[in-house]
Amino acid sequence: MSSSTTTQERPLGLDPEGTVHVSHDHHELGFLRKYIFSVDHKVIGIQFMLTGFVTLLVGGLLAMGIRWQLAFPWTEMPLIGKVLFPETGGVATPEGYTMLFTMHGTVMIFFVIIPLLTGAFGNFLIPLMIGAPDMAFPKLNMLGYWFWWPGIVLIAMAFGAEGGGPAAGWTAYPPLSTVEAAAPGSLSGQNLWLLSLTFVGVSSMMGAVNYVTTIVKMRAPGMTLFRMPLSIWGLLISALLQLFALPVLTAASFMQLFDRVFDSGFFTPPDVVINGQRPEELGAASGGHPILWQHLFWFYSHPAVYIMVLPAMGFVSDIIAVHGRKPIFGYKPMAYSMAGIAGLGFIVWGHHMFMSGMNPTVGLVFMTATIMIALPSAVKVFNWLGTLWGSRINLTTPMLFACAFVSMFIIGGLSGIWMASTPVDIYIHDTYIIVAHFHYVVFAGSVLGIFASIYHWFPKMFGRMMNETLGKIHFVGTFITTNAVFYMMHQLGIAGLMRRTADPYAYETYAHLQPLNQFISYSAFALLGFQIFFVVNFFHSIWWGKRVGRNPWKANSLEWETPSPPGHGNFDKQVEVYRGPYEFSSPEIEEDFWPQAAKV
Amino acid sequence: MSESIAAYDPSIDAPLHHHPVYDYDSGPPVERGKFAIWLFLATEVMFFSGLIGAYIVLRTAASEWPNPQERLAVDLTAFNTFVLITSSWLMVKSLFAASKGDKAGILKWLGLTILGGSFFVGIQVYEYFELVSHGALPQGDIFWSTFYIMTGFHGTHVVVGVIWLICAWVAAARGKYSPNNYLGLELAGLYWHFVDLVWVLLFTIVYLF
Repeated sequence: MSSSTTTQERPLGLDPEGTVHVSHDHHELGFLRKYIFSVDHKVIGIQFMLTGFVTLLVGGLLAMGIRWQLAFPWTEMPLIGKVLFPETGGVATPEGYTMLFTMHGTVMIFFVIIPLLTGAFGNFLIPLMIGAPDMAFPKLNMLGYWFWWPGIVLIAMAFGAEGGGPAAGWTAYPPLSTVEAAAPGSLSGQNLWLLSLTFVGVSSMMGAVNYVTTIVKMRAPGMTLFRMPLSIWGLLISALLQLFALPVLTAASFMQLFDRVFDSGFFTPPDVVINGQRPEELGAASGGHPILWQHLFWFYSHPAVYIMVLPAMGFVSDIIAVHGRKPIFGYKPMAYSMAGIAGLGFIVWGHHMFMSGMNPTVGLVFMTATIMIALPSAVKVFNWLGTLWGSRINLTTPMLFACAFVSMFIIGGLSGIWMASTPVDIYIHDTYIIVAHFHYVVFAGSVLGIFASIYHWFPKMFGRMMNETLGKIHFVGTFITTNAVFYMMHQLGIAGLMRRTADPYAYETYAHLQPLNQFISYSAFALLGFQIFFVVNFFHSIWWGKRVGRNPWKANSLEWETPSPPGHGNFDKQVEVYRGPYEFSSPEIEEDFWPQAAKV
Repeated sequence: MSESIAAYDPSIDAPLHHHPVYDYDSGPPVERGKFAIWLFLATEVMFFSGLIGAYIVLRTAASEWPNPQERLAVDLTAFNTFVLITSSWLMVKSLFAASKGDKAGILKWLGLTILGGSFFVGIQVYEYFELVSHGALPQGDIFWSTFYIMTGFHGTHVVVGVIWLICAWVAAARGKYSPNNYLGLELAGLYWHFVDLVWVLLFTIVYLF
């Protein structure tokens, strides 16, 4: 392994002449260093993506388990039943059902959506889109990926933990999560859950430090902040959210772990009787309060909701501009509104706690702040519509998914405004309306956004196109079944069906909802089935897709200047940025696109 | 759409071999490492804000709160605080020596900083042993719960800081720092000052009030 490095004078600041650090590397890495313990941001991004597919499948199968139980309660669960409930012959138990939705939420949020958006696309896109050879700290980047793995191993171990897996919901509210008497049999499962989240948190923190440093310090000459693609804005803002919100969850998780392991009393109120026992009599401290956990938890987890959607908003903005051949409508307001959503996102966590016991004045403040998020969100939605208006839409698969993101985000966003008002929330609290709302944003929004991004950037990742026909079948099937699943949940919610109930039909009031639940479950099974088209398409196209060049979509941003797939160091020629990323159909030139790095 | 996608053309699309790596710096005028360490310290601030915020909420909500002077050896810890603050000053001296290219000075002042930090950890371990032998444990009451989690995490940070400083000392002994480049020492120093600062806050709210 030989490499010669010449470092020219490197004055700091935006100076295209003097800031080039040129090094000539001529070395071939072995398989292990190239694909497994790689420090290359592109490989790490793809590692995050492939691992994310596996966890997505696990989270999806857990969701199917939930749907099976709600459609056909207490019957033998096919496929996963035998694995999860061997002692009952594949029939869910009430605690087992609770574990199913706890783990579904945990896996989907911490092991699928956040790693896919920030880990996979953040890693892959940031250096390419800003014109950098790699992340600012490649080794830290690799460490971030490998710190995710102990989290995966611990959460997998939690499934088989003695006394059953974690079953306190993904929100882990005490005293259910902390006092053993509250959840009989809960032993080490919750501890593993907490440790797992801590590892994921450290991994995210490493990533976020790296992303922000890279975006601020390593942009190519001419790439001013307001010439950055909106994808980069979304990733930058969500990285900042992670930096400032996530440590609070880590602190709270440690407090909960202390409560469980050392019997401290952060979340145990004095003189509370749980299942006929007072925690003090069992030698535990008290004097804390369960609502303290809720505040600390939602202080992270509400901003986390925006971590889960802001990058997707950025990706979708780019995709709509490229496939609509039109500049994004209102570029700066798009960036500012993302910052506005993030800023407001820090002061609205209390809207998850209207029913927890809260001074009505405080509730009013949280309600008003929450409704104000509608303003920047509406700016984004109308700007997407403004971009689409009069554009020359190519109905490619990424464009279809991006349009689906916009329309689904409107549904999820509108129900969000409406349920933020305290009087409404008190009625619909913990019903399926809430489930419908956040699945519209996180699944129908972010996951469809992720699909759009995969179809759009796949040629850059692997140098080949994904099959359009299979992609369109995947889109149509996913879009229809997604709505069949989640739209109907609004109906369940209005009928008053509570979430987190293993067998709602035990109550006479809800017995008539079983056919609707069965319809939802059949649609959910079909939704999972349609993903086969995606998996086949993805893996087939890696090897046998149509070979494409540097810029198959005729897009403007810098990643399309590199070879597909880009080699070590990304750029094989020096790039300078002369304009923003959305110069499509410009009257000044003949071509309908004007790359950022094109001099004339 | 698919017909408008240009076929792969090796003359344009093939990667150029043996090209240099283009690495730019878009400012602000601060090293990447220092920029990143400030971001990291921001996350640390939020972490301790979570712990301290919870402490303040629990303490103000409690019907009664024990007098810390009756439970903790405040005099000993006050001396320990003095040692830790002094070590911050020693750290500044070693950075000053680094800026002068004075290797012996770095080793002396940084060595004293490490001694100060180790002394602090030693006293805290002694304090913990004494407390535990008198039956003061996290499950005792909410005072001890908050005491142990806050001082415990701070102590962990001091241990990490001491290890970091020892690594910097070894690097200095190997002559890795020059007057133009002693960034590694500076980063360790920033972390060390942060850990000291958190302790001043913790000592005030846990031991004094």
